[in-house]
Amino acid sequence: MINYVYLVPLFPLIGFLINGIFWNKMPKTLAGLIGSGTILASFAVSLGIFFEVKSATFQGPVIVTLFDFIQSGKLNIPFAFQVDALSALFLLIITGVGFLIHVYSTSYMHHDEGMVKYFAYLNLFVFSMLLLILGANYLIMFIGWEGVGLCSYLLIGFWFKNRDYTNAAKKAFVMNRIGDLGFLVGMLLVLYYFGTLSYKDFFGQLSAAPANMSSVYGWIALCFFIGATGKSAQIPLYTWLPDAMAGPTPVSALIHAATMVTAGIYMIARSNVLYSLAPGTLHIVAIIGLATAILAATIAIRQYDIKKVLAYSTVSQLGFMFLALGVGAYTTAVFHVMTHAFFKALLFLGSGSVIHAMGGEQDIRKMGGLGRHMRITQLTFLVGCLAISGIPGLSGFFSKDAILTAAYAHDPILYFLGVVAAMMTAFYMFRLYYLTFTGGFRGTEDQHHHLHESPAAMTMPLVVLALLSIVGGYVGMPEVFSEHNLFDEYLKPVVTNFGEHHLAAGTEWMLMGISVAVSVVMIMVAFTMFRKPSFSPSTGLAKLLENKWYVDELYDSAIVRPIQSLSALLDRFVERMGIDGIVNGVGKTVKWGGDRLRLLQSGQVGFYIFIMVIGMVALFTISFFWVH
Amino acid sequence: MPINSTYYLFLSLLLFSIGIMGTLTRRNAVIIFMCIELMLNSVNLLLVAFSKMYGDADAQLFVFFIMVVAAAEVAVGLAIIVMMYRKVHSIDINILNRLKN
Amino acid sequence: MDIYAILFWMLSAMAVCSALGVILSRNPVNSVLCLILTFFSISGHYILMNAQFLAIVNVIVYAGAIMVLFLFVIMLMNLNADVEPQKGQLVQLAGVISGGILFLVVLAGIKAAKVESMETKSTDIGLIANLGKVLFQKYVLPFEISSVLFLSAMIGAVVIGTKDKTPAVTTEVKN
Repeated sequence: MINYVYLVPLFPLIGFLINGIFWNKMPKTLAGLIGSGTILASFAVSLGIFFEVKSATFQGPVIVTLFDFIQSGKLNIPFAFQVDALSALFLLIITGVGFLIHVYSTSYMHHDEGMVKYFAYLNLFVFSMLLLILGANYLIMFIGWEGVGLCSYLLIGFWFKNRDYTNAAKKAFVMNRIGDLGFLVGMLLVLYYFGTLSYKDFFGQLSAAPANMSSVYGWIALCFFIGATGKSAQIPLYTWLPDAMAGPTPVSALIHAATMVTAGIYMIARSNVLYSLAPGTLHIVAIIGLATAILAATIAIRQYDIKKVLAYSTVSQLGFMFLALGVGAYTTAVFHVMTHAFFKALLFLGSGSVIHAMGGEQDIRKMGGLGRHMRITQLTFLVGCLAISGIPGLSGFFSKDAILTAAYAHDPILYFLGVVAAMMTAFYMFRLYYLTFTGGFRGTEDQHHHLHESPAAMTMPLVVLALLSIVGGYVGMPEVFSEHNLFDEYLKPVVTNFGEHHLAAGTEWMLMGISVAVSVVMIMVAFTMFRKPSFSPSTGLAKLLENKWYVDELYDSAIVRPIQSLSALLDRFVERMGIDGIVNGVGKTVKWGGDRLRLLQSGQVGFYIFIMVIGMVALFTISFFWVH
Repeated sequence: MPINSTYYLFLSLLLFSIGIMGTLTRRNAVIIFMCIELMLNSVNLLLVAFSKMYGDADAQLFVFFIMVVAAAEVAVGLAIIVMMYRKVHSIDINILNRLKN
Repeated sequence: MDIYAILFWMLSAMAVCSALGVILSRNPVNSVLCLILTFFSISGHYILMNAQFLAIVNVIVYAGAIMVLFLFVIMLMNLNADVEPQKGQLVQLAGVISGGILFLVVLAGIKAAKVESMETKSTDIGLIANLGKVLFQKYVLPFEISSVLFLSAMIGAVVIGTKDKTPAVTTEVKN
């Protein structure tokens, strides 16, 4: 089955082509079937591959080469896929969660006239993401990287007739591009110093590499990390993610919660050999991750759009993942990727269900008491909130606890700040839950009549994801519970954690207890605050939070405006006066010359003869006296 | 003194430049035509001198053909001048400037 | 001074003087007559160089036919000295100077060049029999084509020279 790994991205590609070519003739249900069916097929193949990888007979990463991609001189980059524990795991996550979201979309997008186009884009996205994951060298990863950026742009701006949405799409693409420059520079550095881009050769050379190159490792790791900040929405390139909520909700679920934004984490986890050799960069990664987690959490506390809360929550959770990477706990970060995919997709799809029921309304100040009308949505949403808050028994508890433990083992300050962020997470998530599903309804009468539970195609994925959120954590149990951390063991051949610290059992229990306790306390605080909510215009700190710390405005005035005025300046001076001047000037000169020369055509024959004689004289002079 | 062949070169050159000065100086179209004939003849003279120098008969035949062409050219040219005269009633080349622009 | 040299200088002087007469005379008829004299002197040069055929042809064709044509045209247009237009002084000066410059430049060029000496003994290549042989063996194609040239020149001259017979355009006024 591993040799058939090329089928996994091939199916979505075929789906994209079919839906894309026949976009105006395809009936909607058929488009949905094709779109979801291809992902299901990919999931089946991925399952087969996963079990083969997991079996005891699997010997190390398998590289399946499709064809020679770039061959120039000494540079040889094949188009190859690498199947190993890490890529098999991500395959499952992407195709599995992707399939559920596709099924959800068949119902959610049913009334949209561009539904066929939507499924084409979604399939293209899955194809690009699979390329990213499966690539055996950084170049294939980069192709997938750019592909998912493109699909993100296409899908955010899906309702393209709205100017704000297209601006959001542009913003996402441009900020991604800024990060991509870092990725590209990193790739070029790798190529320059090591002559190869494939993982096997590169990591092989690294393990034997001399120590005096440590600054090189640091720079390469930093450049890759800059790429990751763009794709995975960390400081300073995170502001596109909240704006990306302009796209349809299933898109937000798939791209901006479960898959695309995890590409950065995948990249760093894949390059763990490199990062373990660059502790300085790891430190930077941890700091930025933690800062992002706290910043985004503070902003989420004061947001009133249901999707924006979830968006900032995503940014915050990604910060946690980068914190885990930064302290060297790569497997823990990947574990959190998996659990986060489950419960964040669940939360987004649940919010989609809510928006669908509210007829498009997204402001939670106008919701309330929806639980009475949407039991399934309410219950699954509750499961998601519990998971993300780290309540024991659910998957989020195990992964988040593992991150905090690793952080503590590295530096206790990181742990305490992480706990602060976790506190805020619990608070804003339950604020969202209470405001939406409990209490009295605050919307209009029309909306009240419209409230209904969503159809089965939408609620089934919710239920499946809720189940996964509950049981998904048991594969990564910490040491105090079980001797075997299945997750770590599974990933060990590919990902080795850096600087493993073993804490005493007592310390671990204490840490667990602290984080659980603060989460429960914050849930109760949220309960009391938001049972009978009253909304007043924000002042002071609340206003600052609600306006996202004015970061967007800061970027606008510090970066966007100067660049725009520079561009206007260049346009006026270099473009209009300079280049246009030269080009027009050439034309003007020719015309002027022609005008002058025209006077020679006076029609006076005598003049013509005179000029002829002068010409003859000149020719004779030249031929007699200049030719050597 | 023996006739140096350079004398023929000088003679031909002198006749040629006299022809050029005539072309540039006169305003009567017919006179200009005649000066052109003078130039052609100076070239003929030069060619015959060369044929004597190198003992080659080809140059004399070339002179023959020049004369042929000159005759044809005079016929057509004079026809044109006569026709212009009929239209404009003058053969001043300053007035014959219909090729302007 | 042998006879050839004397004849050479005499003929040269005659040629140059009559050439000057062509360009300097005010009456066009005088110009034509001076040109005929120039042609005769050049024919004399041809005989001196034993190019007999060319000398005769020069007289017949040039002095006999072409100059007669010129005379016809001048008489037709009734040109004489009073109606002869003159160019401006500056232009004439410019013309003379440029001609002079051309003369000097080519003179200098000739001075720098190596020229073979001319055999003073007579050669036979100018005889009509020898010329005829070369003409009809080597240059028979240009010879035939020149007949086509003459044909086209004749047709062209006739076509250009005919008076147009366009009828006067009358417009009917409807009433």
